[in-house]
Amino acid sequence: MRITQGAFSFLPDLTDAQIRAQVEHCLANGWAVSLEHTDDIHPRNTYWEMYGMPMFDLADAAGVMQEIDACRKSFPERYVRVNAFDSTRGWETVRLSFIVNRPAEEARFRLRRIEAEGRVQRYCIEAA
Amino acid sequence: MHTDLLAELDRELIGLHPVKRRIHEIAALLAVDRARAQLGLKVQPPGLHMCFTGNPGTGKTTVALKMAGILHRLGYSRKGHLVAVTRDDLVGQYIGHTAPKTKELLKRAMGGVLFIDEAYYLYRPENERDYGQEAVEILLQVMENQRDDLVVILAGYKDRMERFFQCNPGFASRIAHHVEFPDYSVEELMRIAALMLERMGYAFDEPARAAFERYLELRLTQPNFSNARSVRNALDRARLRHASRVFERLNEADRTVLTTLAAGDILASRVFEREAACSA
Amino acid sequence: MGAPELQTISDTAARYKAGVLKYAQMGYWQPGYEPKDTDVLALFRITPQEGVPPEEAAAAVAGESSTATWTVVWTDRLTAAEAYRAKAYRVEPVPNNPGQWFAWVAYELDLFEEGSIANLTASIIGNVFGFKPLKALRLEDMRIPVAYLKTFPGPPTGIVVERERLDKFGRPLLGATTKPKLGLSGKNYGRVVYEALKGGLDFMKDDENINSQPFMHWRDRFLYVMEAVNRAAAATGEIKGHYLNVTAGTMEEMYRRAEFARELGSVIVMIDLVIGYTAIQSMSKWARDNDMLLHLHRAGHSTYTRQKSHGVSFRVITKWMRMAGVDHIHAGTAVGKLEGDPLTVQGFYNVCREPRNAVDLPRGLYFEQDWAGLRKMMPVASGGIHAGQMHQLVDLFGDDVVLQFGGGTIGHPMGIEAGATANRVALEATILARNEGRDLRTEGPEILAAAARHCRPLAAALDTWKDVSFNYASTDTPDYVPTPAVS
Repeated sequence: MRITQGAFSFLPDLTDAQIRAQVEHCLANGWAVSLEHTDDIHPRNTYWEMYGMPMFDLADAAGVMQEIDACRKSFPERYVRVNAFDSTRGWETVRLSFIVNRPAEEARFRLRRIEAEGRVQRYCIEAA
Repeated sequence: MHTDLLAELDRELIGLHPVKRRIHEIAALLAVDRARAQLGLKVQPPGLHMCFTGNPGTGKTTVALKMAGILHRLGYSRKGHLVAVTRDDLVGQYIGHTAPKTKELLKRAMGGVLFIDEAYYLYRPENERDYGQEAVEILLQVMENQRDDLVVILAGYKDRMERFFQCNPGFASRIAHHVEFPDYSVEELMRIAALMLERMGYAFDEPARAAFERYLELRLTQPNFSNARSVRNALDRARLRHASRVFERLNEADRTVLTTLAAGDILASRVFEREAACSA
Repeated sequence: MGAPELQTISDTAARYKAGVLKYAQMGYWQPGYEPKDTDVLALFRITPQEGVPPEEAAAAVAGESSTATWTVVWTDRLTAAEAYRAKAYRVEPVPNNPGQWFAWVAYELDLFEEGSIANLTASIIGNVFGFKPLKALRLEDMRIPVAYLKTFPGPPTGIVVERERLDKFGRPLLGATTKPKLGLSGKNYGRVVYEALKGGLDFMKDDENINSQPFMHWRDRFLYVMEAVNRAAAATGEIKGHYLNVTAGTMEEMYRRAEFARELGSVIVMIDLVIGYTAIQSMSKWARDNDMLLHLHRAGHSTYTRQKSHGVSFRVITKWMRMAGVDHIHAGTAVGKLEGDPLTVQGFYNVCREPRNAVDLPRGLYFEQDWAGLRKMMPVASGGIHAGQMHQLVDLFGDDVVLQFGGGTIGHPMGIEAGATANRVALEATILARNEGRDLRTEGPEILAAAARHCRPLAAALDTWKDVSFNYASTDTPDYVPTPAVS
């Protein structure tokens, strides 16, 4: 089951050239690029592990590509994503986020239900 | 095209003829190599790393900036920006500090040009707790393996750079182009002064001009002369003296008085005292 | 100087003598008045009856939307009448429309109750639109002063926090309305929701008239829909949502339904414009208190927004809604089945999303409007759009929009899930290509065709709908067309 988080998960896995183009787009917009990885791909897991600090003030994607390679080599069995952060007023948030590495066996989720009154279910998504 | 940049270089920088010649040569070589490569002819991978030697204030940083633009126009540098650093930007204060610090800087410089001023300070063999060696190793690696990503320009005094290269043959072998920046002549310095004055909105009267020329001739021979920078400092000091002089009669001062530096503003310099002392 | 009947009568005895005066004489026409930063400004498009000078018509509008009545009343003298009178201060002919005029009117801040759209609208449009001396009247645009904006909490969530809650960045959001509009039972309704969300949409949506009818009780619908939403989330690992329509006959009933939606863990609820401005503000407050996204369907607006000559422009409605406080608002598609000229629609989108609107006449923005930190609303494009138009939609509207493909998802030949996937793949491919620097206008169809090679559902969608477009002349078009230099 393919986890479809991130902006490009419905497309075939991005090639390095495609990743680089997206990173260049982020840098051209003045966004800070950062890498995160996790083994907990639950949709409510907000805090993945940071791989190094966010990279501010870069002019070129080469440095980012090096870090992506290093991260993928260190954590081949984890999900790795690239985030681009926009600090301008009125945004101050992530503007683009996409996955650049997936484990060979993707995660699977199961829906757990606890019945409350009036057929209401309390739902919980868990790793299967 | 890069020819515009070369023309700009010629226009904006006073003197520096040997440097301009060298830059033109390098640009020509790179352009020709590119043309040859496009035709499928055999081309050596271009050596792009450079070393600029000369006294302070001779235009090394300015030329490095122009060079970054030229490399970008010729397609050898993806973004063509310049990141200028000294040893302290690259080297850390404690164990483990240097590598991330250097790598951070390198990432910022990627796609452009890294300009390291007084590069020889990276290597301090007399201090065994010096972390410069780590930075040196990282730099050597990048200069060798990531030539597509980064161009490095080292700069500093000629004699010290030579000693640095002797102790670090790895660096020497990676530098493709050495460019010497000679000191400016008095005539060139006068032209620089005129340009600076114009930008500042001042002018010499004729006696002041002559006095400044004399000043430069004397100053040149004294230690710690920083060429264009020293001219700038001297003009700033002249402005201060001019201001003190004019202040007493400020209400009567007209446009001419407010903008003209007189001989006295120059001659008050200690440089002349020293001369007097020497000849006394 | 101007005709005597257009001059304010300054002599108080003459001014307040019993009888009938022209509005311009009563002080409602003040050419050259400098609007204060705290004034509420309104721009009207007036079509006076024959024989009525435009300045008098403008003054009449100013008067009848503030303190005047058709005859002089002595009780005016018990008030600081000059302050409370609205001032028509500028009149200009509408380009290419003889008989139509733009009139600018300024209103004193104290005329309006803090934080009340009901009061703002009752004041400005409550009285004047049936006025006989005018053949037609349209409220074209408004400038709300920062002083008044600050009395409203505005959208409860805003675009930035919505995205952070959904964890979705860098692309438009995708939605669809369940079809058929009416008649499904709760269980079958939920099936449509599950298939579409599983296939790749972010949101599904109740239609505006799905409330609680004989064929489907609301509580039943909510239970089945949330089952579908959660199943789809588990199946994809993404956060999914469905706009549960809590519109009902009374506020009490609306609160009951909204509370239940929250209890079930929905991220978003939906209301229709027809519940009224006060109800919208109450629901906005509830949404803020309960950390819930609030989606507004603009049901009924075209009755009064569509004709240029008479009514209220949708851009004014959008401004009121940003003040009243909704997070999503349907704002037009430009290329779909419903009315919407592209520039005018972009104007609506800018009102939703910008922190400050600059004057932009081709897009119908007549005033500079500072939004004083009111959060941004997510515009929703819904109505007759399909995957083959993805490049046009992204080019027109950018990333911060919800694109809703009802028929375009559910009518897909390979089924609902495939329809959703087709839309999602088309969208992601378009965004990827745009970020790489490709020109969507010229290369759009090629980008979609290339993506379709890896995605059979998209290929089928493009094939099925390739000839569908809705090209009728718009009725609500800009009066100021960009000159070649501008465009």
